[in-house]
Formats: sequence, C-alpha cells, structure tokens
Amino acid sequence: MASIAHEGHGHEHHGDHHHEETFVSKYIFTHDHKMIGKQFLITAVFMGIIAMMLSILFRIQLAYPGESSDFLSFFLGEKWAPNGVLKEDMYLGLVTIHGTIMVFFLLTGGLSGTFSNILIPLQLGARDMASGFLNMLSYWFFFLSSLLMTVSLFVESGPAMAGWTIYPPLSALPQAVSGSGLGMTLWLFSMAIFIAGSLIGSLNYIVTVINLRTTGMTMTRMPLTIWAFFVTAILGVLSFPVLLSAALLLIMDRLAGTSFYLSDIIVGGEMLANHGGSPLLFQHLFWFLGHPEVYIVLLPALGLSSEIIATNARKPIFGYKAMIGSILAIGFLSFIVWGHHMFITGMNPFLGSVFVFTTLLIAIPSAVKVFNYLTTLWKGSLILTPAMLFAIGLVSTFITGGVTGIILADSALDIAIHDTYFVVAHFHIVMGMSAVFGMFGGVYHWFPKMYGRMMNTRLGYAHFWITIIGAYGVFFPMHFVGLAGAPRRYYDYSVYNEFNQNSYDMIMDLNLIITGFAIFAALGQLLFLFNFFYSIYRGPKAPQNPWNSNTLEWTTPVEHVHGNWPGALPTVHRWPYDYSKPGADQDFIPQTVPLADGEEEH
Amino acid sequence: MENKLIILLVIILGAIAIAQLVRVYELSSKMRKSGEHEVNSRDNNLNGKMMLGFMFFQFLGFIYLMFKYGWTGRGVAASVQGQETDWLLNLNFVIVILIFFFTNFLLFYFAYKYVKKPGVPAFYYPHNNKLEMLWTVVPACVLAVIIILGLKSWNNLTSLSKDDAIRVELFSEQFKWTARYAGQDNILGKYDYKLTSDNNELALMTSNTIDSSIRIMIEGPSGIKSIQKVLNKRDTILSDSITGVLKSNLSRRERLLRLLVQMKNNHSKSLDKNAWDDIIQKDTLVLCKGKEYEFNFRSKDVIHSAFFLHFRAQINTVPGMTTRTKFKPIYTTEEMRKLQKNPKFNYILMCNKICGGAHYKMNMIIVVKSESQYKAWMASKAKETFKDKYFPIPVAEATTPAAADTTMKVVNN
Repeated sequence: MASIAHEGHGHEHHGDHHHEETFVSKYIFTHDHKMIGKQFLITAVFMGIIAMMLSILFRIQLAYPGESSDFLSFFLGEKWAPNGVLKEDMYLGLVTIHGTIMVFFLLTGGLSGTFSNILIPLQLGARDMASGFLNMLSYWFFFLSSLLMTVSLFVESGPAMAGWTIYPPLSALPQAVSGSGLGMTLWLFSMAIFIAGSLIGSLNYIVTVINLRTTGMTMTRMPLTIWAFFVTAILGVLSFPVLLSAALLLIMDRLAGTSFYLSDIIVGGEMLANHGGSPLLFQHLFWFLGHPEVYIVLLPALGLSSEIIATNARKPIFGYKAMIGSILAIGFLSFIVWGHHMFITGMNPFLGSVFVFTTLLIAIPSAVKVFNYLTTLWKGSLILTPAMLFAIGLVSTFITGGVTGIILADSALDIAIHDTYFVVAHFHIVMGMSAVFGMFGGVYHWFPKMYGRMMNTRLGYAHFWITIIGAYGVFFPMHFVGLAGAPRRYYDYSVYNEFNQNSYDMIMDLNLIITGFAIFAALGQLLFLFNFFYSIYRGPKAPQNPWNSNTLEWTTPVEHVHGNWPGALPTVHRWPYDYSKPGADQDFIPQTVPLADGEEEH
Repeated sequence: MENKLIILLVIILGAIAIAQLVRVYELSSKMRKSGEHEVNSRDNNLNGKMMLGFMFFQFLGFIYLMFKYGWTGRGVAASVQGQETDWLLNLNFVIVILIFFFTNFLLFYFAYKYVKKPGVPAFYYPHNNKLEMLWTVVPACVLAVIIILGLKSWNNLTSLSKDDAIRVELFSEQFKWTARYAGQDNILGKYDYKLTSDNNELALMTSNTIDSSIRIMIEGPSGIKSIQKVLNKRDTILSDSITGVLKSNLSRRERLLRLLVQMKNNHSKSLDKNAWDDIIQKDTLVLCKGKEYEFNFRSKDVIHSAFFLHFRAQINTVPGMTTRTKFKPIYTTEEMRKLQKNPKFNYILMCNKICGGAHYKMNMIIVVKSESQYKAWMASKAKETFKDKYFPIPVAEATTPAAADTTMKVVNN
C-alpha cells in the first residue's frame, strides 16, 4: 500500500521530466500485478510459437524420413539440415527443446505465471501482490531464462539433446552426444534461473492468498481458480527446489568432476574414473519435481475451467467443497507417485508396486472432478463462448488422456508400452492439451479484464474447432503408433523394415496423418495470434462485466488503476457461484451483494 | 510427391481460410450491434450442434483406428509373460474404453442438449452428497480391481527366475548390443569395467585379464609411462591447457591402476572358469523355445533400454549397476512368421531410451529356435568360448605379446 501511494506521488512530480522512466516503470520494470501477468503471457506466447515451430520441424522428418525439405533447410540451414535432410543429433535437440519450452516456459511460466498474477489479487480483493518487487523479479528471472533457452538453440554444438528429462549420463558427457556440451550447460543455467523465478513467484502467490483476502473473503468463499493457483504454488515451492538440487549436482558432475550420477563408464574410448554414483538418483530427484510438475501445469487449467464453466453454464459449480477436496487430494498425492516414471529403470520392483497403488489413487479425485463438471453442465443454460468451448474441450481431453493413464500407472502393463508413442500420446492429451485448452479458455475469458477490449468471437470459434480437431487428429493415431511398439525419440522407423514390414507401413501411414493434423492445428494458431494482437489494439471496448460473472475482478473499472479499485476495497458476502439462484432478480449475484433477508448461503 | 501435394493443399487452404476469416471479422464487427460478449442464439445453437458432431467424429475416428490398426503392430505375445501382460492389457482397455465413451458422451451430449434456450433458466443445483459419494466409491472399487490384478501380474513378472533358467547377459553401448551366454556351467563370469580392452570388450574378470589391464594401464600407448614421458620431456614446452589435461589424465590413470591392483589382490583364481566358458555373441540373439531365460543387463556408457517388443519385456540398462528381467519364449521365429502371415518377420531387441544420435539404429535381431535346432547351434559354438577367443592359437601363446607372457612381467614387477 505504502509503496503504491509513493509511486503515484512520484509520478505526479516527475512525469513530465522523466518520460522514459515512466514508460520503463509502467511497462518494463513494473510492480503492477496486471502488467506482470501480461508480460508473462506475451513472453509465453512467443516461447510457445518457438516450441510449436520446433515440433513441426521434427514432425516433417517423421512423416518424410530422409526426404529433402525446403522448410527444414530454410529454418535449420546447411549445418543442421544439409540438403534439407534433418541431422540425427538435431532431431534430438528439437525434441528436447520442444518439450522443455512447452512444459516449463509455456505451461508453467505462461499458465500459472499469467493467471496467478492477474487473478489472485483481483479475485481476492487485494490492491496488488504481497510484494510487487519480488513479483517483478520473478518475471525478469523468467524472461532471462527464456532468453538463455532460446539462445541455446543457436550454439554451434547444438542445444541440449538428452530429452527434456535430461537423464545423465547422456546429459553429463559431451562425448556421448554433441548437445551435452555448451547446449546442456545453457539448459541447466536457464532452468536454474527459471526455478529461482518460479519460487519467488510461488511464495508471493501463497502469501497473497493467505494474507490479502478482502473482508468477508473466507477460504471457502474463494473461487476455484484461486484454490487451484494456491495449491499449484505450494506444489511449486515444495518440488522445484528438488529439481534445482538435481540440476546443481549435474552441473557439479559436468564441471567439477564429481560422481553423483556417474559410475563405471567408458565413453568415446575413454575410461572414466567416476565410481559410486547412480543415474537412478537423478531420476528420483527429477521426477520428485517432474510429477508434481504435471499438476503444476494442470491444476491452474482446471481452476480456470471451473470458473468458466460455472459462469457460462449459468449454474453453480457442482460440489464446490468436493472440488476443493479433489484439488487438495491431487496436490498431496502428486508428491508420492513419482516412481511410476521409473518402473523399468532397475528400481526395486517392490517399490514399484507401492507407486502403482498411490498413482492409481489419483484417479479417484480426478474422476470426482470430471463428474462434477458433467453435473455442472447438466440442466445448465449454456452460453457457448469461445472460452466455454475451450473449457469443455479441456474436460474432454482430461478424460481421454486420463483413462490411458490408468494403463500406464499399472506397472505390469507399463513394461510393454513404456517409452513408446503411447506414453507420448497420453501425456500430450492429458497434460499438454488440457493445459493449453485451459490457457486459451482463460485468455478468451479474461482478455476483457487484461486489455479492456474484446476478442473476436467468430475467430475464437474457428480457432477452437481447428485446435480440438487438430489435437485429436494428432494424438488419437499416436496411441496406435505406440501400441505398435514404436519407441519415442526415434529419428526414423527404418528399423521396422528389418523385422516387420507391415508394422512399418502402418507407422508411416499414421505418421503422415499425424503430421498433417499437426500442421493444420499449428496454422489454426495463427487465427489466435491474429485475434489476440489485433484485439489488443483495435478490439471493441469491453463492458465492465461482459460475462455477467460473480467474481470480484469484474467489479473493477475497465481502465486499469493502481490498486485495482478506485475507492475502498469491496466486501464479500457470499460464495462466487450464485448463478440462477431461485428467487433472485438476475441469473447472477455478484459476491459483493449482501444476502437478502431470509436468503441462505449455498 | 502425392504427400507433398497434400501438405501444400493444407497450407493453401489454411491461407484462404485465414483471408476469409479476416474478411468475416471485419464485416461482422461492422455489422454487429451487440458487443462481442453477447453470443447470439444462432452461434450458440450452431456450436452446440458442432459439439455433438465432434463427438461423432471422435467416436467414429477412434473405432476406425481401433479396427484398422488395433493390434496389428504388436501381434500375439511371444512369451508366457507376454500372454499374461496382454490379457491384463485387454481387460484394462475394455474398462477404460467404456469410461471414455460414457463420459465423453455425457459431456458432448450435455453441451448440445443444454444450450441456452430463451425462457428456460438453469437448474440451481450446488451439491448432492449422495451423488458425490457415488462417484467416489464406484471409481475406487473399479480401481481396486485394477490394482489387485495389476500387482499380481507385476509380482509374477518381476520375481526371480527358477534356478535352471538359462542365464544370458546383454551388454549395451552406443549403438549396439552384445550377448553373452553363461556357457556349460550356466554361471556368468564376473566383470569389471576397468578390464575393458580390445580383446576383452565385455570386461570379463579373470586373472589373465586383470594382469593384462594392469600392464596396459602402465605401459600401453596412452598408459601412465607414456604420459609421464611427455610431461617430463625437457626439450618441449607444453601449453598450460595441454599440461592440465595430461596431468588430470595421469592422475585418473593412477587412481584406476590402484583399483586394478586391489582387484588383483582380491580376485580368486577359482572364479576364472566361470568367465572362460562364456560365449560372446555379437550379431543375433539366439533363444530356445520353451526355456525360461534370466537376462542380466549392463551398460558401457549411457542409459539404454532393452525393449523386447514381441515378448512384452523391457528393462533399462544402467552404467554402474546390473538390471534383470526374464521371459520364456513360446513360439519359434518360424512359427511366429506363420502366425503373422509374414515370411520376413523377425523378433527384435530395440533400444528404447534416448542414448545419442544413432539411438534409432541400435537393435539386435532375435532368433527363437526349437530345442533341437538350439542344441545344434549351441554345439557349433562350443569352440567359441571367451577362452578360445582370448587365446586365439594355443600354441602361439608364448609368442604373442598379448597375454600370458607379459602378465608374468607385471607380476614380477
């Protein structure tokens, strides 16, 4: 509060003399949570474009292995695509950086960074984040790490090539693959900075949620979005440091000659003296983050979609308390399931069976969430805005990707399909698509709040239908590639010619279909980009509460002001889901409206 | 060529679509009287119908793929363990496909059915404890069945083999597999990576190989002595960086040498015979139908994964530790070719963990023979044991510098 008042004061006095400084403090080194949220969003959009381009490049190789492609030579040049044919090493580099950017930079930084920043203070009735300065720092760490990751694509020895999971020894030994040289070093430093930024951000979110709720905003009157961001932030705080330690130990192995992960290795004809380390140690540390990370990506999307579905179904979210319980249960369970990524790594099979049990338990809160969404839609009065379509799409991908998770979590079955395209299809649908759909839904829904203008609805529809058809067109056939046993991260499937021509033909058929849909879906994103950037500047002006929503952010003026509300902070009298409540004049009752005489809270 | 046309077509159509949409965008924003936030009932109903249409696209697409490609890529399981896995996999598939159809149907049907209609308010229905209990308990029961069956199979699949199982080791390195059969005694000889040399690629441990490695470490072309010689040359000045590299190489070799000498002191000569009768097999892995196999796995450099697609077995190979799995083949290659109606079919072992640029080329053909064929093949290998390979011509033993005679020197030192 004090700092905000002070800033306003400074602005009045020096505004004319230091115009650049005003620009800098307003748009660049800003402390304002709304602007920081938008910074996260735009950075993430650019990172997303890069990662999507990378995926198209390697999809071309998979559909037309060994064929010359002008597209490839245009983007990768003679060094990485001589005569338009992708190099083996670069294929791995593309896959690795695609995964890293998508998981960390788009779906962690972009999703939770954007919407936690914008929505936490607005939906809680706070003037800003608990610490505006730390919030700014969190963004600039994110920006720096994005920059480093992008730069690593242009290093002479290539970007990191050990897969986004960077398992050592492959990632520790430059002799093993060229990308494990400078490219890997940049990857590790980029991620270390990313983690620092993410931690600062998460701590800020937690403190804000606990301390800065406005009068009447009890924990059980918070919108589900806030619950999701809150639990996400807790997951981040507890798990990201473990990834940092994994990365630091790997940096030590690479630069200081330690043997945390290395033991008994001969590489490139050279006998290393490292002894006693264990590659499994890295995998335990990595997945101790890696699995909660799935929910760090997914929970915000589920939170956003809960809000969007309730608003546009004009119905309260069904089972509000059960939804909170499910979020908490998923958050808790996500910490004790990491071993399901390691069933066949040589980990003790008994330990594996414990992880089977804990992992399959997650299906219960997930099922509760799905059925609650379905019941919310049931007998609703649906207004199918683009945001609503994306939220419904999210429920669909969450189901479709979720059910295959039941198979992968079963260690006995995992043996047969581990690391095949079945896994790739599973996590892209359940984590990738659901989170992306949640993010798009969020952008369409809160765009009026972010920029004070509306996005075009028709373009939004076209974007949704292209995206969902593309998503299923890519990932449905991919399950069948996986069932044919096709290992992931293969440059091509010529090996199948040696043992089963029929399988080879089938894989090639499907790969062609997948690549076609992938390009189709990627082109569809141009609609979004156009709509997004065009509407920022030229979209029609937004009304204050475009979706007739109950939550507090729609009580703020359209034009952003420091401190969010021009006068006193609003007071909350009810939960956020009083839609179509019998006896009310309108089909929504904002949280700021006091209970009428004799009215019961839900 | 045809495919390129398709891609080109997609791009052109995409561009046309975008151009059209921009026009629509501009026109519609002019024509609209209401704001973008008010979805008119035409759009609303259209999207509701498309939701239902998409459900059919999704379901029919899935059914089409299931029938066309369902199990063709895998074929029947070729091992006892694989049959158990496939049974369980099919059962799980039935369960999850039913859930998939049921919930997706409800989702898209509701999205279509309950589209806003004028005058019909939404039904205020915030919660119902009985319903919520229902969809907590039912999934929990289904999962209990899945967990119990899964863990039962998992225990069967990962339990140790019987004592009479044939022991085979698979050695992985960038980018090939090498098999080692345990030989007559069915005991795999011991190994240590420090013993790796040109004529002992799998680093088997015998008194001779230890001695030879000690000699190479001291006197080999890049051994301790030669490094010391370079470092001690008084007539050449080396740059700091080269000296640094040499010194670190030297200290590493000295450490390795100390460990080798320790190994020599601890090694019992009685274990040599376990290694000498092992048979190393480079090109194909030959297995016998109806025999249980206990496989051990090692890695020389990075993590690989031994993926026996048709036997439904998989395990990572990890440098610094030994991993294991087991299976019992039930069809010979010939029988499988008939089952698959594919005369060129082969079993294969693929690498399934990213291990470097040529990862996708790392594989080994597997041949499963009938018992009589297998015995004949084993007999043909009787004279190709590790000992036969290590001492190529017994009479020449004294004259080759490789082995025995230099061993003596080091021992005397």
